[in-house]
Amino acid sequence: MKRGRFAPVLLLMWLGVLAVLLASLCLGRYPVSPQTVVRVLISRFVPIARTWDATVETVVWQVRLPRALAAALVGAALASGGAVFQGLFHNPLVSPYVLGVSSGAGFGAAFAILLGASAAVTQVSAFATGALAVSLTWLVARSGRDRSHVTLVLAGFVIGSLFSSLVAGAQYVADPSTRLPQIVFWLMGSLASVQWSDLLRASVVILPCLVAITVLRWKLNVLSMGDDEARSLGENPGMMRLVLIGLTTMTTAVSVAISGVIGWVGLVVPHVARGIVGPDARRLIPASIALGAVYMMLIDDVARTLTMAEIPLGILTGIVGAPVFALLLRRSRSDWD
Amino acid sequence: MPKSGQSVVDIQDLGFAYGDAEVLHGLTMAIGPREVFAIVGPNAAGKTTLLRCVERLLTPKTGTILIDGRDLKTLSARDVSRRAASVPQSHTPAFPYTVQDIVLMGRNPHLGTASQPGPHDVAVAQEAMDELGIRAIALRPYTQLSGGQLQLVLLARALAQEAQVLLLDEPTAHLDFRNRHVVLSTIRDLAVRLGLTVIMTVHDPNDAMQYADRVGLVSDGILIALGTPDEVLTAENLGRLYGMLIEVLTDGNRRVIVAGTPS
Repeated sequence: MKRGRFAPVLLLMWLGVLAVLLASLCLGRYPVSPQTVVRVLISRFVPIARTWDATVETVVWQVRLPRALAAALVGAALASGGAVFQGLFHNPLVSPYVLGVSSGAGFGAAFAILLGASAAVTQVSAFATGALAVSLTWLVARSGRDRSHVTLVLAGFVIGSLFSSLVAGAQYVADPSTRLPQIVFWLMGSLASVQWSDLLRASVVILPCLVAITVLRWKLNVLSMGDDEARSLGENPGMMRLVLIGLTTMTTAVSVAISGVIGWVGLVVPHVARGIVGPDARRLIPASIALGAVYMMLIDDVARTLTMAEIPLGILTGIVGAPVFALLLRRSRSDWD
Repeated sequence: MPKSGQSVVDIQDLGFAYGDAEVLHGLTMAIGPREVFAIVGPNAAGKTTLLRCVERLLTPKTGTILIDGRDLKTLSARDVSRRAASVPQSHTPAFPYTVQDIVLMGRNPHLGTASQPGPHDVAVAQEAMDELGIRAIALRPYTQLSGGQLQLVLLARALAQEAQVLLLDEPTAHLDFRNRHVVLSTIRDLAVRLGLTVIMTVHDPNDAMQYADRVGLVSDGILIALGTPDEVLTAENLGRLYGMLIEVLTDGNRRVIVAGTPS
C-alpha cells in the first residue's frame, strides 16, 4: 500500500514548519541567534537564567512569534481552502477567490476599518460579507437555467467584481490622511501589526474549521467525481458542499480580516502538494495545511527582511505565485486531459 | 415475467417528464436475481432516463420503483447506493487518482460522514480489482488508462459498493470491438458468479442478443416488447423500432442482426 509512505512525508513537512518558524524568529532587522530564540521560548514556561536583554525578549515573543504563527495560520487556511474548492468543483484552477469570498470579506473588513471599528468587529464583518458574497454567488448561479459549475464560477466573478467596486467606493470616501492608507495597505496584505490577541481571535475560528475540514476530507474525493457519481456513491453532494463551503468561507474571511487580501496561495500550494503526495484528499489536505504554513511564513519573512520598508504580502504572493502557477499548468496539463 | 416477490427490481407504471416534455410513459417491468437485462432502443428513446430513475438521479413523475421490495422513494441516498451501483456512460476525470483510489470510492456507501476507508474497505476494493483483473494497475493514475481499462476500473468501483443491482449506461459506448466483448462477457460472468442483477442500456441490439437474458424494447418512452432475446429481437420488432429494414441471420444457435437489403 502506498498509504504507508505518507506518514514520514507529513512528518517531514511538519519538521519543515518548525524549522521555518524558528528561522522566522531569528530573521529580521534585529537578528537573534537560534540558541537565544530557543532559550527565550523555554524561559516562558521554565524558569531559567536570562542571559539576553529585554529587547530580545520583546522582539521574539511580542513581535515575531505572533506574526509568524499568524502567517502559518493564514497560509494553512488559504491553502486548504484552495484544495477544498478544487475538489468540490472538480477543477484544479479554482480557489475561494473564484466564488467571491475574498472580495466579499475584503469589503466587510474595509468597511469596518472605514468606521474605525475594533479588530473583533472587523473579523465578524469580514465573515458576514464573505458569507453574503458566496450566498449571492450561489443565488445568481441557481437563478440561471444552466446549473453547471461553470455558471457558478462565472457568478463568482460577477459577485467578486461587485464587492471589489464596493471596496473601491470605501477607499474613495475614506479620509485620505488616516483611513485611506490603512485600508490600502491592509488590502495589499500585511501581518505587520499582528498581536497575540489578533492571533488568538483568528485561531479560535480557523483551527476548529481546519479540524472539521480534515475530518471530512475523504468526502472531497467522492465529490470530485461530479454530482451524479457522488450521488450514485451514496453522497448528498448539495449538503456536503454547503458544509465545506461554509467552513472554507469562515477560514478565508478570518484570514482576510487579519492579513488583508492575499491571492495565489490557495492555487499554488495545493498544486505543489498534489505534486508531492498525489491527488487523494486524505493526504492532500494535511499536506496543503503544512505546506501552506511554510509558504506563508517564508513569504512574510521575505516581506519584512528584503528591503528597508515592508513589502505587501499580496504583491509577493502574486510575483511568486503567477509564474509558479504557469509552470505547474504547463507541466501537469497531461495529467488532467 | 417473475412475480414481484421474486424480482429484485420492480418497476411499475413508471412515467417521467422533463418539464412538459414526457419522456417515459407507463413502463412496467420486473427484473429477477442473476439476470442480465438489456434495454434496447434508438437514440432518445428514454433508455438513459429510465436508468437514471432507477439510480434515483431523477424523480419519476408517476409510478413506483421497488428494489428488494423497498420503495426507492423511502430510501436515503446511502441506502440506495448500497442496493444499486452504477457505471456511468462517460466519466470526466478531474484529478489523476490512482486506480485503487477510484475503486476505494465505491466503499463510500458503507462509510459514515466523518470516517475514512479502513483495512476492510481496502480488502474489498482489492478483491474487486482482482475480480476484474486490474490489480496490476492498482497504483497507476487512472487518467492514463485506455477506454477499456477505465470501464473495468469503474466497474470495479461499482463492485466495491457490494450492491446487488448493477446499472450500466451503454457500457461499451466508447470501446473498440475487442474491449466491447471483454467488458460485456465480464459483466455476464459477474452476474452469474456473484449473483448480481444487471440492468444495462445498449444501442447495438447484437449486444443484447449475445449477452442478455431478457430484453426490453423501448421506443419513444414506451415499452413495446419484453422477453428473451429470441422472442423480442425479431426482424419485425426491430424493423418497427428503428424504422428500417432489418434481417436476423441464423447460424446454428447464434443469431446476428444486420441491416436488411431491399430485394
